[in-house]
Amino acid sequence: MPGRRLTRREALKAAGALAGAAAAGRLAGLLPGAPGPQQTVRAAAPSGTPLRIGFEVHRTGIGAVYGRWYERTTTAAVRFINETGGIAGRPVQIVAEDDGTDPKRGVEVIEKLAQQHKVDFIFGTLFSNVVIANAPRAGELKIPYFVVSEGYHVASGKLNRYTLQPGITDVRAQVTALAPWIVNNLGKRIALVYPDYAFGYDHRDFMGALAPRLGATIVAQVPIPPTETSFTRYFPRIPANTDVIYHVMVGPGVLTFVKEMGEHFGARKPKMFGFIDSLEGVDIAAPGLEYLDGTYIWEAFPRYAGEYNTPHERAYRQRVGVGPTGASTADPKDISTYSHMFGCWETLFFIKRVVEASGYRSPRDYKALIEAAEKVTDIAEGPGHPQGPKRFVGRLHQVFGQQFVSQVANKRLKVVHRTKIEDGMYTPEADYTKQPL
Amino acid sequence: MTARDRRAAWLHVAVLAGLLALQAVLPPFHHTMVARIMVLAAFAVGYNLLLGYTGLMSLGHAMFFAAGVYGAGLPVYYAGLGAGPAMALGVLAGVALAALVGALVLRTSGVAFLIVTMMFAQVVFLTALYFNPITGGDQGLVLTGRLPPVHLFGLELTAASPAVKYNVAWGVLAAALLVTLGLVRSPAGRALVAIRENEERTRMLGYNTFAYKWLAFVTAGGIAALAGAAYALLFSYVGATFASILYSIYPLLWTLLGGVGTTLGPLVGTGIMTYVVDVASGITTSYLLVVGAVLVLLIMRLPAGVMGGVRRRWWPWLP
Repeated sequence: MPGRRLTRREALKAAGALAGAAAAGRLAGLLPGAPGPQQTVRAAAPSGTPLRIGFEVHRTGIGAVYGRWYERTTTAAVRFINETGGIAGRPVQIVAEDDGTDPKRGVEVIEKLAQQHKVDFIFGTLFSNVVIANAPRAGELKIPYFVVSEGYHVASGKLNRYTLQPGITDVRAQVTALAPWIVNNLGKRIALVYPDYAFGYDHRDFMGALAPRLGATIVAQVPIPPTETSFTRYFPRIPANTDVIYHVMVGPGVLTFVKEMGEHFGARKPKMFGFIDSLEGVDIAAPGLEYLDGTYIWEAFPRYAGEYNTPHERAYRQRVGVGPTGASTADPKDISTYSHMFGCWETLFFIKRVVEASGYRSPRDYKALIEAAEKVTDIAEGPGHPQGPKRFVGRLHQVFGQQFVSQVANKRLKVVHRTKIEDGMYTPEADYTKQPL
Repeated sequence: MTARDRRAAWLHVAVLAGLLALQAVLPPFHHTMVARIMVLAAFAVGYNLLLGYTGLMSLGHAMFFAAGVYGAGLPVYYAGLGAGPAMALGVLAGVALAALVGALVLRTSGVAFLIVTMMFAQVVFLTALYFNPITGGDQGLVLTGRLPPVHLFGLELTAASPAVKYNVAWGVLAAALLVTLGLVRSPAGRALVAIRENEERTRMLGYNTFAYKWLAFVTAGGIAALAGAAYALLFSYVGATFASILYSIYPLLWTLLGGVGTTLGPLVGTGIMTYVVDVASGITTSYLLVVGAVLVLLIMRLPAGVMGGVRRRWWPWLP
């Protein structure tokens, strides 16, 4: 059959169709241009059996504020992962269950996710008592359990080889990184004010051990019972010649604590260093917090936009729905838990990395997955790790990263110092790789 | 034994036999769930002895559960003690605490009793936090790898085994039920009911009401400690949360729901409550609203609790 030349009309129609298809494809994200920080890098749509990840969330109970933001972050991360090809080409599906921030219910949730929903992995738990109660059961059921808890319990070695914390640093690393800055910049006579339970004791013990090595002195230790509603009687225990008050108050009493501290010390206040845990979900501009003006706060991830100005941070903030002041873009009164919730995002990307590195297909591959996780060392800053670069220590099942010191000024937090990863690293006490799988 | 007693005995035997047989057909998740329900139901069974049969409403029963948790868990954690001696120590800790606390709080009654028991439980909770280096405080301690396996008939039994969890839980519930049933059907049990109905009159009849109440208090404390010890060893965790006020409210709620003053009521209440929470949370994120609505409906339809309603309508012989 002899060939037929295209007419000019046919050529124009074909060119128009191609241009139209290209434009439509670009709009649909099928033909991506160079990605800007706010753009989605689209890959082939994930297909096949979904990778089911159980999400144990504190929707109710004392951890509900954190849980709400952990859930939003997780939803945003999974949407992003699925838009960019899923995990190992498989779509990710989240199966969420509320644990009521209760250790008993937490164990039930672990069992339900593993045995009834038959998820591939479990992740997300924050509160230490729930994590510590759950971990033995996850170990018995031999299911990888990725926690976003900040506690030292993983790195301490008291859990098991199925429990990992790859998305958020632990309290020991935070104190180790920050102590030199506190001593060098705020003073050497330090009074510790902390809640009279395990979280506070971690701060007391780690800071108490580091201070003498840095040439500083702990001049007072002021534990405050968790049932306390007024703090006035505790302040006289802080010596007058104290250089810096190191405070770690958590819970609804924090506003009263700050107000009463202001009434006690007045204008002659010592320098103060606190932890954002006290103020997660709380507006820094809230009435009663004026006394914090000029004081310093640890942040894991700066709440106010522009304080850690990277394209990945901006993209993350936008995707999760957090505005420039750290509040929800949908409700300016709904303040995020910005220094913790990124841990969910980064943990999911860690899971993506180790699933793809290990060739994980089903629970039969748990051994390969955990061994692949233990081989991870450096984690580059990027869309999946917007808080910054990290270093994972396989024998501890714990990640290390940078920390931020912010100053309260004009009712907002301004970053004044950023630590390096190695500043927070300490001598490992545990080695999970020696445990059998 | 009267016909009434025989019927009651057969019902309990049937319930326990049914629970024992159930493990053969339960899928894995429900297998462990029912095991946990049986342990917690034992906790509520003991509480019912106080509330249902003696008329003492305590808001501090968590202290005895916690005594069992720590009494059994700490020797395992620090000394690698075996399961049997650890359980015995757990029960002993609960009995000793109940004997001491009972001698003090039983000098009060009504609302004062409620408040004083709550205060004592708070003391136990704060003590567990205060001795954080030993107890692990609110974060708690993990027992995995510290509890030696039990060797029985050539088998190596570990707490990680689902069958061990189930059968130990069943044993704990059976012990709690039989002790309670035995007590409430005994003359001492009749005296407890008399105290519940009218303590002054019972005293006038020559009964030492304080001694009877103390007996009920210590027995209830011992059963709670047995449940606590079993919970710690079976689920490998010891923590101050189990001494918190929530764990004093739970047995009250389970007992009220299942039927105050019925031996099987706490088991029914614990089962219903646990499964309503579990099923509702799988359907809606507002599951607490559903749980609340179910509770309101049940109390409206069955003000004496589920088994109380059964006794009133169909089985008047129900103990």
